[in-house]
Amino acid sequence: MIDALHDSLLGYGSTGLVVWTVLKILAIAVPVIIAVAMFVYWERKVIGWMHVRMGPNQIGPFGLLQAFADVFKLLFKEVILPTNSNKVLFFLAPMIALVPALAAWSLVPFDAGLVLANVNVGLLLLLAMTSLGVYGIILAGWASNSRYAMLGAMRAAAQTVSYEIAMGFALVSVMILTGSLNLTDIVMAQSGSKGFLDWYWLPLLPMFVIYFISGVAETNRAPFDVAEGESEIVAGFHVEYSGSAFAIFFLAEYANMILIAFLASVLFMGGWLSPLQGWVTADVPWIDWLWKGGWQWTFIKAFLFSFFYLWFRASFPRYRYDQIMRLGWKVFIPITIAWVVVAACMKYFGLVTIGA
Amino acid sequence: MTFELVCFYFFGAVAAAAALAVISVKNPVVAALSLVLTFFSMACVWLLAQAEFLAVALVLVYVGAVMVLFLFVVMMLDVDFAPVREGFVRFLPVGVVVAGVMLTEMLMMIGVRTLQTTPTDDPALLAGMSNMEWLGHTLFRDFLLPFEVAALILTVGLIAAIPLTLRHRSGIKTQNPGRQVMVRREDRIRLVKMPAEKNREAAP
Repeated sequence: MIDALHDSLLGYGSTGLVVWTVLKILAIAVPVIIAVAMFVYWERKVIGWMHVRMGPNQIGPFGLLQAFADVFKLLFKEVILPTNSNKVLFFLAPMIALVPALAAWSLVPFDAGLVLANVNVGLLLLLAMTSLGVYGIILAGWASNSRYAMLGAMRAAAQTVSYEIAMGFALVSVMILTGSLNLTDIVMAQSGSKGFLDWYWLPLLPMFVIYFISGVAETNRAPFDVAEGESEIVAGFHVEYSGSAFAIFFLAEYANMILIAFLASVLFMGGWLSPLQGWVTADVPWIDWLWKGGWQWTFIKAFLFSFFYLWFRASFPRYRYDQIMRLGWKVFIPITIAWVVVAACMKYFGLVTIGA
Repeated sequence: MTFELVCFYFFGAVAAAAALAVISVKNPVVAALSLVLTFFSMACVWLLAQAEFLAVALVLVYVGAVMVLFLFVVMMLDVDFAPVREGFVRFLPVGVVVAGVMLTEMLMMIGVRTLQTTPTDDPALLAGMSNMEWLGHTLFRDFLLPFEVAALILTVGLIAAIPLTLRHRSGIKTQNPGRQVMVRREDRIRLVKMPAEKNREAAP
């Protein structure tokens, strides 16, 4: 059916191509937005269980409709514009935060060939997109004309730029082992006959850990959420935002979190490849994705990583600001620089084989 | 007119308008944001020219890092640019003359170059590689020494900038996280035994 739709649309020439691309974009963006809503529900449930309480359980079965109730509440609230704020930038900031968060999703490969934009410089483009998100936060902080928002924006800017360096080095090591920046190529390079031992988490173990921690810091989540810091600067950069403008910030933050979870699974945990690859070769309909690999594995792995976010949030106390900077500059960056050299040596001496 | 040409004119116009806004708007934060827009449109123009690596590197380095720090400083200092701008109209003719001279020089240089060398096809396409691979091969195989020398010069500049701003202040307290972690209860708390009540002497 999808092929028939594709062919009939291509019959209209370039207009049909545009419509087809827009449909593909919607097929990714709409599930992302719904996933964000359900992820918020899941977060409250998990944190509730870890605190030995129930979590949301009133609206819908098991409280499943809680997320939608929250969305409607936010949409119907009044958007308040603080006096003496810069009106244009105040409303532009949430949109600038949202656009890169959604644009980066176009590069994520869910299965072999199942990717919206299969670009050659995918990894670099991804890094560029995630680094653009900080503009929304800075502008929100500045345009609000509030001391608290300003402090939150300053903290967020410094933190994001610092952790981007460690994150960039982690991606460089993946790039060195693969010899390509294409995300599909990166996953295919992790295929082989040794099951999950073929994936990059093994040769790049420190990088894998640093990448995920930097991802948590980059999205300003606990324990690195000093940009929000409820107890010190009330809510940081979005303290002056209400209603739908706040909802957009919320959406961008959670879309970025799920994106980092997907990327960690694609870059280091073999994406759609099965952890049993090469060990079982039977042909069984319906369940052979378990050992042959398929989009299900991407989603299972991404779900695990996004669960780590919630686990961290419920377990760790917030870092102090100077300790965040120390961790980023004095611990992560030296380790990553050293491991880039190690990765280059592994590649040069043939310790890591690609795609076998 | 092809779609690519329309895109080129659009991005070029946006880049030029944003560049004009950088020097003409009053608010320094808006000026910095216009500079971001200029960089971004130029990256789009480079993408059209199929220099994908350069385009993404421009966004990554300048938009993603340098301009963030720039905005950071502009917001922190909160400079009032009104006095700085007072001479804007008075010195405008001089500025226009300088800009005109620079434009002619640049046009002459590019013109002489294009007259001397005949335009060739994209070398990356000729080699059958992607733009990225071709750049990597060229930088790290054919021009390895100049590349390394450039990296060395940048490192020297970086180290030189640090001593320039590093000030040694005496009498400051620093923390040692290693020792903080190693601390034990006995180092901080001393339990003292003392009687709970005093034997007060009877009032006279």
